[in-house]
Amino acid sequence: MRPDSEAELAEMIAAAEAPLRIGGGGTRDVGRAIAGDMLETGGLSGIRLYEPGALTMVAGAGTPLAEIEAALAAEGQRLAFEPGDWRGLLGTEGESTIGGVVAANVSGPRRVTAGACRDFMLGVRFVDGAGRIVKNGGRVMKNVTGYDLVKLMSGSWGTLGVLSEVSFKVLPEAEARGVLLCEGLSDVQAVSALSRALGAPWEVSGAAHLQRGLDGAPVTMIRVEGLADSVAYRCGELQKLLADIGDFTVERDPERTAAGWRYIRDVAPFHGRAGEVWRLSVTPSQAPEIVARLDGAEAVYDWGGGLVWVLVPDGTPVRAALTGGHATLFRASAARRAEAGVFQPQPAPLAALEAGLRAKFDPKGILNPGLMG
Amino acid sequence: MDMPPPRPERLALKTELVARLTEALGPTGVIHQLAELRAYECDALSAYRCPPMAAVLPRDTAEVAAVLRICHRMSVPVVPRGAGTSLAGGALPTADCVILGVARMNAVLETDFANRVIRVQTGRTNLSVTGAVEEDGFFYAPDPSSQLACAIAGNIAMNSGGAHCLKYGVTTNNLLGVTMVLMDGSVVEIGGAHMDAGGLDLLGVICGSEGQLGVVTEASLRILPKPEGARPVLMAFDSNAVAGACVSDIIKAGILPVAIEFMDRPCIRACEDFAQAGYPDCEALLIVEVEGSEAEIDDQLTRIKAIARRHDPLELREARDADEAGRIWLGRKSAFGAMGQINDYMCLDGTIPVSALPQVLQRIGEMSRDYGLEVANVFHAGDGNMHPLILYDANKPGDLELCERFGADILKLCVEVGGCLTGEHGVGIEKRDLMWHQYEAADLEAQMAVKDVFDPAWLLNPAKVFPLDASEARRGRPAAA
Repeated sequence: MRPDSEAELAEMIAAAEAPLRIGGGGTRDVGRAIAGDMLETGGLSGIRLYEPGALTMVAGAGTPLAEIEAALAAEGQRLAFEPGDWRGLLGTEGESTIGGVVAANVSGPRRVTAGACRDFMLGVRFVDGAGRIVKNGGRVMKNVTGYDLVKLMSGSWGTLGVLSEVSFKVLPEAEARGVLLCEGLSDVQAVSALSRALGAPWEVSGAAHLQRGLDGAPVTMIRVEGLADSVAYRCGELQKLLADIGDFTVERDPERTAAGWRYIRDVAPFHGRAGEVWRLSVTPSQAPEIVARLDGAEAVYDWGGGLVWVLVPDGTPVRAALTGGHATLFRASAARRAEAGVFQPQPAPLAALEAGLRAKFDPKGILNPGLMG
Repeated sequence: MDMPPPRPERLALKTELVARLTEALGPTGVIHQLAELRAYECDALSAYRCPPMAAVLPRDTAEVAAVLRICHRMSVPVVPRGAGTSLAGGALPTADCVILGVARMNAVLETDFANRVIRVQTGRTNLSVTGAVEEDGFFYAPDPSSQLACAIAGNIAMNSGGAHCLKYGVTTNNLLGVTMVLMDGSVVEIGGAHMDAGGLDLLGVICGSEGQLGVVTEASLRILPKPEGARPVLMAFDSNAVAGACVSDIIKAGILPVAIEFMDRPCIRACEDFAQAGYPDCEALLIVEVEGSEAEIDDQLTRIKAIARRHDPLELREARDADEAGRIWLGRKSAFGAMGQINDYMCLDGTIPVSALPQVLQRIGEMSRDYGLEVANVFHAGDGNMHPLILYDANKPGDLELCERFGADILKLCVEVGGCLTGEHGVGIEKRDLMWHQYEAADLEAQMAVKDVFDPAWLLNPAKVFPLDASEARRGRPAAA
């Protein structure tokens, strides 16, 4: 099924009696596998409104992410939440759509200070599981008119409704970028360096640590963006601040720094390698000890340690190593995903609230049923 | 604005209710004498008053749970109250309800600088959260103008913003976790020091739900390192349209100031009379503030001033020191006080796309003449969050109603140009019946379905947010046994 309009989308869902697999571009194959008819949103495409002076854009949910990023780049603006491209990690093909990005709340390295995808969402239109068209929020930056279903829809993986249109806040592209790099730090040293940098007033916009960088050695990366002189000043201050932890060099080359952060954003170190990939959302300072408990694991730390991607041997009981936070089984065989559960089970009272919301928004139980567990 | 009439069967329960609440909280935790209940009869929307049946002041999550269990069992509505600074009537009681005040729950539970998070009880005031971390170089970013008095509980309920949210976001962007008690007394924990809670984004829908989904007793808040410095520049223009175009050009140029405040002539004049801030005589005034080191501030302000000069400003005044910075902010910060000196006023907070600014200001001016009521505009221009202040005389019969009709027309205009009814104050009772202008039945139904899940009996702050006719059937539901 591939509706060409929101009205058609509503008719299709209203008429559906069996489970539907909701898909944007099909690049983010995460979650339990679902049997059901495919419902693609690619027909709901196009940028409906873009006001650079108001930092806002409205687009059909099926609009390719690349089209949106190109339109923004033409005005010197960008999606500040830096959504990643997961095709390499998940072995998928196709074109990512903005609706898919929102449904999965895809948020890259800049999330640590700028905010997640959900923080930039201003409004949604969606069709719920009964075929009702619902709008929430709008296209202004501050809006507390009624409940915030925009956030509820962000990261709900198509299980509460099918997005037809999204509006979001964009930000100016930075004039310059500097990246502090240090090789050879231990995980503990690296996370403490990242924490110190994030606690300083120099507006770090990326804080990551790779256990294995391009040349095999551990590398710690801290990004600063802004006006050119300011970036130079802040990089210098950060070098001084971190001197007792390591000798940080500064890379200013636009191409190389952009490639470095794409490498983190897209979890490139794990592309094409055997093993299961987990995504951990944890208290940053606890991240190294959690990783240390996982035998044979390799880790990519982002968000100052708050987000950890780990590549582990098949079957590793990753959730048992957590001390709070949650773990998502991001890449594994369908059988393993079904058995372990992709999203960490919620405590009973929250699970009951979630089940209650699903029953309201998807009374027929047809929207990606079971995808989130 | 109407509130549902009190139900006699609830009023008849007062003696038993007070006895049970007193058993749970002790006598100091329960207020039930009419004279003392006056303190809880209204919030900052003081045109509407009604003493509740009782007020309770629990000390922790367990006591909140005990109160809610009792009220749930007896089918008595509960209106949660932070510091009572709501401008929308969010904490307005009905005569048959219990006010649950969180004022005694004001402890800092944990500060964690390594992970940039603070855990507080939600009765703590907004400013005192910053107070708890500023010696270590941190602050809590959302800064509603009532920040000295307002409580985090209310900030979460209304998803409060402030002057600096252009850069730092509003409450929802700075909230990492909560402990919340549901109406049936069960306690849920969501999120924590990690950056995204698992599962559906319940935190996102709780924030801004106006105390209708649960009572948030503890919160984990993101704290940020304080910038090295900040400096404002004041710009005067001879028309609202030009000032609006200047705002848009600054943003388009890729500079993101921490605040862009806009005042129109009536507001400038009132502030000047009140605070003698030394503002120029002009139609529109912008205060643009940037942050960073001295050199960075110079760099940003140089660019901003260059943009402003292209719009032929009547004056460009950059603060040379802290004293001058204070003077530039003085008038803006005293705007509400200045209006209060002149007359009673109603403060709206509709939000519009920045591009619609000149058109909306012109229409408000025309409506002001038609209604015969003066209006002054002061607002957060960077994000389009307007604050029209309509002056009226509370002692003049019919003036409040006239003012409310004018206000409603302004808010409808905001919706018409692509904006919304409220940017940061919340719906409460004030904008409740205007929700039909913003939303269709299916939109409201979807929101009310969320409340059905969290509070099936509709006992938490039930007569707010949704038009009474839309929520009537639900509010009439008997509580589950």
